[in-house]
Amino acid sequence: MGTLRAILHEIIGLFVDDGSLALALVVWCALVGLLMLVVSGVTMAAAGAALLAGCVGILLVNVVAAARKRRGAGP
Amino acid sequence: MTWIELAPTVSAAFLASLVECVEAATIVLAVGTVRGWKSAFVGTGLALAALVVLVLALGPALSQLPEQALQLFVGILLLLFGMRWLRKAILRGAGVIPLHDEEAIFKSETANLKLAQATERWGVDPIATATAFKGVLLEGVEVAFLVLAVAAGSPVLIGPAALGALAAAVLVTIAAVAIHKPLARVPENTLKFAVGVLISAFGIFWTGEGMGIAWPGQDLALIGIAVVLLGASLLGVRLAAAPAQPMEAR
Repeated sequence: MGTLRAILHEIIGLFVDDGSLALALVVWCALVGLLMLVVSGVTMAAAGAALLAGCVGILLVNVVAAARKRRGAGP
Repeated sequence: MTWIELAPTVSAAFLASLVECVEAATIVLAVGTVRGWKSAFVGTGLALAALVVLVLALGPALSQLPEQALQLFVGILLLLFGMRWLRKAILRGAGVIPLHDEEAIFKSETANLKLAQATERWGVDPIATATAFKGVLLEGVEVAFLVLAVAAGSPVLIGPAALGALAAAVLVTIAAVAIHKPLARVPENTLKFAVGVLISAFGIFWTGEGMGIAWPGQDLALIGIAVVLLGASLLGVRLAAAPAQPMEAR
């Protein structure tokens, strides 16, 4: 049982390390998908660019915030 | 399919598997060194058999899903997986969190194994066998997921992706057998950085395809996405490494 629990924990840990990063990425993907459904005239290139730019922005904000938090916590 | 079309899939599977195989090899080496090679090999063999069963069960099940739903599902999983690696690699590259140290992991594993009492059942040491089994299975599950995921766009890609992973496993096994020490010189953070970029690029690409986005340049867009991610990640290292400016200085 302990091994099974460790495997399950490891599988979840494959995708979620920092919960806020995972949540923000999923929400952003959903928003882009929703935008494509609701707003007419959104070009494929614009949707693709929005998806990429959003994911990159989320990553950058997350690492800067994590770095500041670590530094604030001290050694 | 041409090699140019296969290269991103094969290289992503190879590099990602290389990192996981190095981690699995450290555990097997620790078990073999402290508790004997028979138990280490039995544990490794059992884990590999369990992985084969897992892949044989999951592979055909995934192929039953509609293509677009599969691309979206796998795309989001790859995006989460790749961004997690990339985040960690950026923070390690910036010196915010310590680098992964195979030597330290090896020492910690061997110390734990030395503490546990030696027993024997069916000719093997159960604690040693279970440790090797767990280590190889956990890292192997990641390899299996990566192989299935990077090939999600087409069943034709599963073979080449699996070959990439197999090449990594063979390479690490040869190196581990040859030097009989943890592979501490493997530039793991650089590899994780590269793999994080590649896997995240696959994730964004497949997520977009699953949403119905027709990427400009089709498959070539994958390279463009990877280049943007690489540039952003290098910027991320600089931003994370820079100390926060005091309020008065702004």
